[in-house]
Amino acid sequence: MDFANTFMQLLLTMDMTVRLSVTLILACLAGLFSERAGIFDIGLEGKMLIAAFLSAVVAYQTGNAWWGVLAGIGGSMALSVIHGLTSITFRGNQLISGVALNFLASGLTVVVGNAWFKQGGRTPTLSGNARFHEITLPFADAVQNVPVIGQFYAQVVSGHKPIVYIAFAVVPLTWWILYRTRFGLRLRAVGENPAAVDTAGVSVTRMRYGAVMIAGVLCGVAGAYLATSQAAGFGREMTAGRGYIALAALIFAKWRPFYALGATLLFGLLEAISNLYPNINVFGIIDIPVQFTQALPYILTVVILAGFVGKAVPPKAGGEPYVKER
Amino acid sequence: MDKMPRWADVFLVPFINLILAFVASGLVVLAIGENPFRAIWIMISGALGSTSGIGYTLYYATNYMFTGLAVAFAFHARLFNIGGEGQATIAGVGAALVLLAFDWPYWWLALPFAIIGAAAFGGAWAFIPAYLQAKRGSHVVITTIMFNFIGAALMGYLLNGIMKNPDTQNAETVAFPAGTHLPTMHEMLAPLGISFSRSAPVNVSFFLALGAAWLVWFVLWRTRLGYQIRAFGHSETAARYAGIDAVRITIIAMVISGALAGLLAINVVMGEQGRLIKEFVEGAGFVGIAVALMGRSHPFGIVLASLLFGMLTQGGFELMWDMPTVSREMVLVIQALIILFTGALDNMVRDPVERLFLKLRKGKS
Repeated sequence: MDFANTFMQLLLTMDMTVRLSVTLILACLAGLFSERAGIFDIGLEGKMLIAAFLSAVVAYQTGNAWWGVLAGIGGSMALSVIHGLTSITFRGNQLISGVALNFLASGLTVVVGNAWFKQGGRTPTLSGNARFHEITLPFADAVQNVPVIGQFYAQVVSGHKPIVYIAFAVVPLTWWILYRTRFGLRLRAVGENPAAVDTAGVSVTRMRYGAVMIAGVLCGVAGAYLATSQAAGFGREMTAGRGYIALAALIFAKWRPFYALGATLLFGLLEAISNLYPNINVFGIIDIPVQFTQALPYILTVVILAGFVGKAVPPKAGGEPYVKER
Repeated sequence: MDKMPRWADVFLVPFINLILAFVASGLVVLAIGENPFRAIWIMISGALGSTSGIGYTLYYATNYMFTGLAVAFAFHARLFNIGGEGQATIAGVGAALVLLAFDWPYWWLALPFAIIGAAAFGGAWAFIPAYLQAKRGSHVVITTIMFNFIGAALMGYLLNGIMKNPDTQNAETVAFPAGTHLPTMHEMLAPLGISFSRSAPVNVSFFLALGAAWLVWFVLWRTRLGYQIRAFGHSETAARYAGIDAVRITIIAMVISGALAGLLAINVVMGEQGRLIKEFVEGAGFVGIAVALMGRSHPFGIVLASLLFGMLTQGGFELMWDMPTVSREMVLVIQALIILFTGALDNMVRDPVERLFLKLRKGKS
């Protein structure tokens, strides 16, 4: 294999990595906001699923993908409200609430989808403006023949759908909100020591609801991306465990925004590799089975969690409902 | 002084929760333009209206008893085992290895060894997360979720590789020896002159599940180990001061939990399929969470809740045939709402009920 060919393969892999990482990035940041405020959220999967479904339905009805995104955000936020009620207002078990919401989304989307469209839970295929289309960034055509840099710009950076760029912009924005604003400081404090925040006269309840709602918005965009950009419509269980991979990435990233970008790109790369090259042969000796590549994100997360490679310390007050002392 | 009487705590609050979950489910059915009362009738008659329906109901209930007991057992040590799905999957490998190892002549000879195989593999799959929680402080919820996915990948690898039946395209093993066939309810009742549906998959594992429920009760409430597990779950610090070894209890509770989940493989792999197929657990590991919550983590409650969820699953299949607009996933919605109301929103009902009882008491005195 010559160099040019290998390089094109590499660009193809990177391009696919970017596209597959988008849902993971958005969901991971959603989890980051929620868990940094002390609310465990294993319902990322369900929120994305319901968002994917509603965005496909509304994009199909209106013929406009952006309305679809809004509907997706709405659906995801509705589940966030339930999660807020259970885990903040009624001091219930946050993990159980997350499990319930995942079940609810996976059942409701198929039941309602089947009743409305009679296609076994799928929604009609989206076409035209009901889907997002690739944006060609300026000069991409002009520089596509410039070796390496030009090719990289044209192939990997340019030519994605709008939500891709939104997702990558949310990473620095999240960092800025968390580490450079008063809201972010309070949000992090609420996840570490809610009593102190309460003493300072800030409502723990309001902060936590805020964080859970932000998580809802981000999961909504992530789900809408799946149905209106990556695919053309909703299919049952189309999130396929991405919410859990995002959760793994969050631990991998030790609850930090830029690390989260790195972790999700790594997990996206693994998915891209398992899609593009199902069977890898190392030096002609060992065949790496595709199942191993698929399981690698989970294995890596367990290794990180076990503390063999650096220690992942979760927010201190995570999972504990806050009860004001009287 | 208790805020409310025990019967209210054990029966009234869960009952109200259940009613709320069913009302919410009814609203979903109503929203897609069907009659919820007709749906309930179809489900009940589908689950209990024939010996075939009852047979399927009991078959699913058997699965849920195993996974429900698994979740509950870990709950008592305040460990949330979401890994029942993966533990049962890997237990299937253990059971299959035992059953394929010899040409077993009799089922009663094969069964104890299959139980050991399934329980050992299921327990082993829970051991790693347990060890990591106890020794390295990694949260057991996250690691068991990860192990569900790793288990599914491992299963896919084995059934497409060394364990695959070369004569078929499907990812499955060869059929187990004929001697490993577990007696079904039909075969057990026929000599007594009672006719029972031949097609229903309920088999002798149902009694194994009832036995497991009794054993769980006995271990938790009648042995030193059970006392230690419950004390540890109640207050970790107090248990430590009492000299209870936290590492030991965490690992034992999780391994027993994994072994219980693993017994599901006996019912499905040995009892029904007669070979190992890829996705035989079919979400029963997750239903176990709902069952344990509904049954208040008590074996007796779990048996009752398993029967309810068995009816739901079987009734859901009938619903699909008789009411085509309502798809089978309606069962999933109902399960989700039950988990939500009995598990997460418990205080929504409990607080007002408590206040009501306090007011009644004040009125008396």
